[in-house]
Amino acid sequence: MQKQHQILIYGYGNPGRQDDGLGNHFVEMAREWAAEQGLKNIAFDSNYQLNIEDAAEITGKDIVIFVDASLEDIDDFVLDEITPDAKVEFSMHAVSASYVVHLCKEIYPHCPAAWLLHLKGYEWEFREGLTEKALVNCQKAFEHLKPILLNPQQLLDYPQTH
Amino acid sequence: MGQKITIEPVTRVEGHGKVTIHLDDKGNVKQTRLHIVEFRGFERFVQGRPYWEAPVLVQRLCGICPVSHHLAAAKALDVIVGAGTGDGLTPTGEKMRRLMHYGQVFQSHALHFFHLASPDLLFGIDGDPLIRNVIGVALKHKDLAVQGVMMRKFGQEIIKATAGKKIHGTGAIPGGINKNLSIEERDSFLKGADPMNADKMVEWAQAAVDFFKGYHKANKALIDGFATFPSSHLSLVRKDGAMDLYHGVLRAIDTNGKKILDDVDYQDYLDYIDEEVRPWSYMKFPYLYNIGPEEGWYRVGPLARCNTADFIPSPLAQKELEIFKAYTNGKPNNMSMHMHWARLIETLHSAEMMRELLNDPDLQKDDLVVKGTKVKRGVGLIEAPRGTLFHHYEINDQDQIEMANLIVSTTNNNEPMNRAVNSVAVEYMTGQKEITEGMMNAVEVAIRAYDPCLSCATHALGQMPLEITLYDANNNLIDKKRS
Repeated sequence: MQKQHQILIYGYGNPGRQDDGLGNHFVEMAREWAAEQGLKNIAFDSNYQLNIEDAAEITGKDIVIFVDASLEDIDDFVLDEITPDAKVEFSMHAVSASYVVHLCKEIYPHCPAAWLLHLKGYEWEFREGLTEKALVNCQKAFEHLKPILLNPQQLLDYPQTH
Repeated sequence: MGQKITIEPVTRVEGHGKVTIHLDDKGNVKQTRLHIVEFRGFERFVQGRPYWEAPVLVQRLCGICPVSHHLAAAKALDVIVGAGTGDGLTPTGEKMRRLMHYGQVFQSHALHFFHLASPDLLFGIDGDPLIRNVIGVALKHKDLAVQGVMMRKFGQEIIKATAGKKIHGTGAIPGGINKNLSIEERDSFLKGADPMNADKMVEWAQAAVDFFKGYHKANKALIDGFATFPSSHLSLVRKDGAMDLYHGVLRAIDTNGKKILDDVDYQDYLDYIDEEVRPWSYMKFPYLYNIGPEEGWYRVGPLARCNTADFIPSPLAQKELEIFKAYTNGKPNNMSMHMHWARLIETLHSAEMMRELLNDPDLQKDDLVVKGTKVKRGVGLIEAPRGTLFHHYEINDQDQIEMANLIVSTTNNNEPMNRAVNSVAVEYMTGQKEITEGMMNAVEVAIRAYDPCLSCATHALGQMPLEITLYDANNNLIDKKRS
């Protein structure tokens, strides 16, 4: 029998800043869907930003998918395997997903395979609610991820980007 | 014509800071400026919104320290709903908020020390940037890195239990709190499996203070001499002079320790504090009104608080404060790097306070909210991890916010951070024609000692690497480096 992988989907951003809340919104969508599907191996979390304690959060998992809003020059979304990276900013009190993975690898005996789902956002003002274009991107990414969540082994066997 | 060195971060959205250093023809530092592009639109954003929304709305301001804004706004609204100025809440209401606040200070200070400051201390300002980070700490001192992670996690769990949730917490409401702490929640913090319990947090916080003292002993020249300059200091203190991070009266002392502001009710802060606008910076420069902008600027934050407070009302931290004060013979401590020492003393105090509060049965009681006669103006101050945070609201007859004024901790430290940058620039950059890694990091270390929250000050999102650009006497770019 195939091992049931323990998965964490972790969205981050400030939902009070329009599309910066894409990651948090994605988590709520996925949480609802996983409950309907009866998928008990998927855990969910969200926060304003990532930080060092998230290394402790992910160490017990097999697969982690971080979800963040993106200003990058992408069409709608990109799913990237994370390369651990030790780089930090000089005074910002937040760290990157690749930093969390790097820290986890250094201080804990187990570090999960990790991906970052970049969701293209457009507006960042003091307002709640995503823009329509951002919502479309979020939905597209979710449809792409559904079969992967049902069969996560494919993610481990064939790390890929969209 | 002189040279100009620019240190500029890149941000995800508008709002950023940069450092410019002007050299004269002989290579001496002529002028330094820390520019933080402060966006003040938030005050306008809350206008017209029902006042009771403010404690949640203000968390949009900053994803780094939302708890401080949440509590400062709630304290201002306590006044508006007639629940008094910090001492009128029910014991459960006040103690739940205090627990939330000490959790916030504890996790914030732990992050700063273990994540941002300790790499500089362990590997030196000139250390290889590839290892001068918490990963380097993890490789060399795994125990410290793990402690930092778990202390952050403990503080975050306290916040979640008291604020209700991680994002846009709703715990503090005008006049009180919307939940108490269940027995199960309490026991998870008091009797949690090692290391996630209050006793271990106190033990680790004490160990961190001891670590710093040991480091200080071996590196006195750096710790005592780096970015040292005289200043006044301002913070809240309890009526009896005790350190109180949640509530008190305003006190300021000058560089000799003379009280230049004492026992001031912060509802009257506008009578005592003004903000100067300078044409080269969007961020204002607060100062004591009766002294004026030239001499009336002050530091806020851990160093200021350890200077202004007569004592700390928790035994282990008090013992450490006595050692801290004895080092300068009871005079105000003006050494920027001692900010780290003060921060760790406060970390220990916060751990002790969390443990004390968790053992207090008032946290399980149900009397959560107080209401009184509504007024139209309220001011809420709190000692946020980075220093004194001001929230001021005025409402109209329709219960809408008509005016809001916020002075964030990083703004209060604007002038001191500029002074620190100047002090370091003179020492490290005089006569230099090339930007070295150590030089660049010296400027960063000076700013970092104040733990500025650029997210608070600029409302920016995302990461802020620093960039230094160096220009020759004719304003030609001759060097450029980014951290």
